[in-house]
Amino acid sequence: MAQQECIIKTNGLTKRYGEKTAVDHLDLTVYKGEIFGLLGPNGAGKTTTTLMLTGLTEPTEGTAFIGGIDCIRNPMEVKKSVGYMPDNVGFYADMTGKENLRFTAALNGLDREAAESRIEELLERVGLSAAANQRVGTYSRGMRQRLGVADVLVKDPSVIIMDEPTLGIDPEGMRYLILLIHDLAKKEGRTILISSHQLYQIQQICDRVGLFVAGKLTACGTIEELAEQTREDDRFVTEIRIAGGDDGLVQILRGVDGVLSVGREDSRYIIGSERDITDALVDAVRENGYSIVSLRPLGNDLDEIYRRYFEKSGGEKDEDRSGKFKTIFRKNR
Amino acid sequence: MKTALESLKRFSEKTGEQKKSPERNVGLQTLFHKEMADHIRSRRFLLILALVVITGFASLYGALETISSGASDSGDFLFLQLFTASGNSIPSFVSFIALLGPFVGLSLGFDAINSEQNSGTLNRLLSQPIYRDSVINGKFLAGSAMIFIMIFVMGGMVGAIGLLVTGIPPSLEEIGRILVFLAFTSVYICFWLGLSILFSVLCRHAATSALAVIACWLFFTIFLSLLAGIVAAALYPMNSFESLFHIADYYQCELFINRLSPYYLYGEAVTTILNPGVRSVGIVTTAQMEGAVAGYLPFGQSLLLIWPHLTAMCAMTLIAFVIAYLRFMRREIRAA
Repeated sequence: MAQQECIIKTNGLTKRYGEKTAVDHLDLTVYKGEIFGLLGPNGAGKTTTTLMLTGLTEPTEGTAFIGGIDCIRNPMEVKKSVGYMPDNVGFYADMTGKENLRFTAALNGLDREAAESRIEELLERVGLSAAANQRVGTYSRGMRQRLGVADVLVKDPSVIIMDEPTLGIDPEGMRYLILLIHDLAKKEGRTILISSHQLYQIQQICDRVGLFVAGKLTACGTIEELAEQTREDDRFVTEIRIAGGDDGLVQILRGVDGVLSVGREDSRYIIGSERDITDALVDAVRENGYSIVSLRPLGNDLDEIYRRYFEKSGGEKDEDRSGKFKTIFRKNR
Repeated sequence: MKTALESLKRFSEKTGEQKKSPERNVGLQTLFHKEMADHIRSRRFLLILALVVITGFASLYGALETISSGASDSGDFLFLQLFTASGNSIPSFVSFIALLGPFVGLSLGFDAINSEQNSGTLNRLLSQPIYRDSVINGKFLAGSAMIFIMIFVMGGMVGAIGLLVTGIPPSLEEIGRILVFLAFTSVYICFWLGLSILFSVLCRHAATSALAVIACWLFFTIFLSLLAGIVAAALYPMNSFESLFHIADYYQCELFINRLSPYYLYGEAVTTILNPGVRSVGIVTTAQMEGAVAGYLPFGQSLLLIWPHLTAMCAMTLIAFVIAYLRFMRREIRAA
């Protein structure tokens, strides 16, 4: 991990729209070949960050470099090596998928024959060969998204920035897209930055994540690291589901060594403890003749981590928002 | 001061380097081609084109009728009358173009930028290695090229049909006048293109920008002349003995306000260039006309008369485009 080459680097990157600070002194480092997930609720400044990295918006302060090139001073060079897939990617509806890609290739100054073979190959790869000569207006959302990936790859970028790539795609399309993104990074060594609020997908593919709240990066690291960090100032929480539980079990669980609190919602028992005592809990439950339906440690999930960070930095006023956020997440699961 | 000079030097070096590289305008070229293809294929443009062509030929028919019946008063510059003569109930080619030309510009430009933004293609476009101004430049250039091609082809067709029907070949002077007329018409329509691109940058929805351009068109073609009369009358009342002294001021004022309208400017210039009998634009007193030899104005002199009009028209086009350009370059590219 130590000798990794740093590809994306921002220093004190700030963007203000009038009074509102969309991105507040962002220091971000992304290494070569990794998939980095930028997480945050709507309006946290994720899109603004991606726009600044691709030189589409000028930051108010700070610097951003991709591959050693200044994104603000020299956006042309950056745009040559960085593929950007905006959220809700749009195509010219009366042109076919292939024509749209051809146009992108022409904008990148690729010569015609090389572009043609590359486009064929990319359409094959994203599974759109059959629809290549249909007008994009007839495409479904998932198809458009896949065409977006092909479009980004036309210029063979070493860095790919994707803004909400998984939004509004069905589960099958999602799985496909995630595999594709994984391959792009792991097999071809491209660096990928994904901004999203869909935690589950991010958790599946990202090497490292950054939590973004109200323009600030509140935490950054691998998911395990983040879980560890949040645990330090929080206790261990385990959820056990029991077939036919009763209040008696609460008492039993309270008696287990190390348990600090026990809560019950029907068959669900939430146990807070100062360390990992899963084995002791299981033993206690089984010895008393209850049967466990499921047991899972809370807090290793990205949404749990996220919620805790969010509560820490966002305060109580955003509580309902995080609730909404959670339901979105559950639906997508 | 020294550092400023230094940076200037570095800047000029840089631009020099950029000029050397052949791929400098790849983006502009590609966009230009794409926009041209889009215009040629778009139904909207074809519809407006059909409308203009049909009315053009209708007016040509009327003009031919007038000419062949010998109704026109003079036999000189018959070829030019193809464009200026009106039939019994059909207005002349020139007046049709003056009215409908703006719609061509409008149809080419009213959704230039906002449709890109609404469909989410602008983000994608700008994330390609092209300069941001290539987008708006490409759109304006492609639109202008379409206009020039269309107007010159139409002028050529009207001339060709006129030649076939009347059998009178045009003189060199007439050809020169027609070419200037066509160029002026193209610039006139380019102004409307620039204006519609401006509104497409300012307004978020294509429908709003289209309506705004139509409102401008209505204002300039109809209301400004009414307004000019009202303002002039307010400044120089024409109801007392004193008003006799102001009569020239009154007309002058009215004329100046009218000339703010590209429609009026175009009409005045085109009448002058297509009709050698027009000796001056604006107000001429009898005293000034004294001793003037009645005759046609040579081509060069006619051109000299409308030169300010041409300059003004180009300036208006450029102003509209420059505002659109600045607004577009400074705007935040955010989809939401």
